Amino acid sequence: MKLVGIVSEFLRGLGEATLFLFTMIAALPAALLRPRLVVQQIYSIGMLSLIIVAISGSFIGAVLALQGYRTLAQFGASSALGVVVAFGVIRELGPVVTALLFAGRAGSSLAAEIGLMKATDQLSGMEMMAVDPIKRVIAPRFLAGLIAMPLLASIFSLMAIGVAGGHLVGVVMLGVDDGSYWSQIHSGLHPHDIIESLIKSMVFGVAVNWIALYQGYHAAPNSEGVARATTSTVVVSSLVVLALDFILTAFMFR
Amino acid sequence: MTPTGQEILVRVRDLRFAFGPRVIYDGIDIDIPRGKVTAIMGPSGTGKTTLLRLIGGQWRPQAGTIEFDGADVHKQSRAQLFEMRKRMGMLFQNGALLTDLTVFENVAFPLREHSGLPESMIRDVVLMKLEAVGLRGAAPLYPEQISGGMARRVALARAVALEPALVMYDEPFTGQDPISMGVLMRLVRTLNEALGLTSILVSHDVEEVLSISDYAYVVAGGKVLERGTPEAIRTSQSPMVRQFLDGKPDGPVAFNYKTSRDYATDLLGGAAA
Repeated sequence: MKLVGIVSEFLRGLGEATLFLFTMIAALPAALLRPRLVVQQIYSIGMLSLIIVAISGSFIGAVLALQGYRTLAQFGASSALGVVVAFGVIRELGPVVTALLFAGRAGSSLAAEIGLMKATDQLSGMEMMAVDPIKRVIAPRFLAGLIAMPLLASIFSLMAIGVAGGHLVGVVMLGVDDGSYWSQIHSGLHPHDIIESLIKSMVFGVAVNWIALYQGYHAAPNSEGVARATTSTVVVSSLVVLALDFILTAFMFR
Repeated sequence: MTPTGQEILVRVRDLRFAFGPRVIYDGIDIDIPRGKVTAIMGPSGTGKTTLLRLIGGQWRPQAGTIEFDGADVHKQSRAQLFEMRKRMGMLFQNGALLTDLTVFENVAFPLREHSGLPESMIRDVVLMKLEAVGLRGAAPLYPEQISGGMARRVALARAVALEPALVMYDEPFTGQDPISMGVLMRLVRTLNEALGLTSILVSHDVEEVLSISDYAYVVAGGKVLERGTPEAIRTSQSPMVRQFLDGKPDGPVAFNYKTSRDYATDLLGGAAA
């Protein structure tokens, strides 16, 4: 009986979250009419996540280059280092790690912000002023997250492959030829790799923003509720991102 | 002095509302007369705030009706309800100011959302409303930079920004020092007269509330215990109303929380929890 209760509670939550997603999507046109609100949110969600994403990208690209170089050098194929780093970053690590960082940095802050707005009656206050909080507060944040995620993932990949990560370690430190590094990337990487990477990051963007906003909006209106919403956002988003990554990769590798 | 017909702005009939098994309202009738200040009083936990949320259409009753200016609040579409709410202002207990906006922007918020007025006119209206609550000087400050009493005054300026027909005050005096309380009391009364409002004042600060109300209800245990002018309430002989007005620690509202175990068994048996 307990299992039935858990399952029915899970399904109830899933149904509620799905309804919430449809409500947010229905409110997107209203958000598009208020570009200033969206730009403000792109700044606070995206721009303020930029440094952590860029630094992480640099380190991950650097580590991939170090590990890749050791293996490739055994076969005299170190000139292929660029494409190894690029595949790893563009197909997988760029979208996935960015989404995980985004969940930790932006997702948690979104959930806490919305949860606190609820706990302090700001959302109720808006409703009583005949302003729909879904349109005024939630939809602009959702849209901003959808725009910010692919941009952040692209910046992550650029930092990892070219600017500071793989290129710095492979070419500058380990002496891989600069021309081979880039030409291998150019010939090995196809446009569909980049499109698939962007699709992944968009899907992750929807998932993380949806989870964060849902958790915040449905948080119990007290300090414990806000704390729980913040934690759940990071935990659930991270698991969902990893699961979705597997599903998307399986489909894209057909 | 029971108000009738067109004089009534909000009419509550046979209202029943419960949170799960906990019954908050068990069939109450309340009339809010137009142009007057009506107090809803009662001990903590009797659902006074709930009543305001029901009138504002944020929650739905299990049974009964609430009419605002002749229209059933809970039979409106979402768009109609939002139109209705433009004619209602609500002052939340903590002010509920938007923390990322300044005092000025908070008061401008409903005007920018609904009025369609040019920015220069919005500025004038906001400054006038802030002047009315004595906080024009605080316009550039953020909510975290002002006191709780000031936040309520800003919220009041915001609540009347769209010149509503009805303003609902949720515990406006709780936790205020005597000066802030005096300021808020004067504002409730003078704004009601100056703007031709109808006010519902939910509170348990008995003397203060009765001194500025035209009409009052005492609510407890899901029922209306007493209704009438402040004078009629003050002279009520109902034991529960007397306990509430006189602040007696024990009476019909028991001092001890209900329990099925007697004291001695609890102490000796060690069977707490």
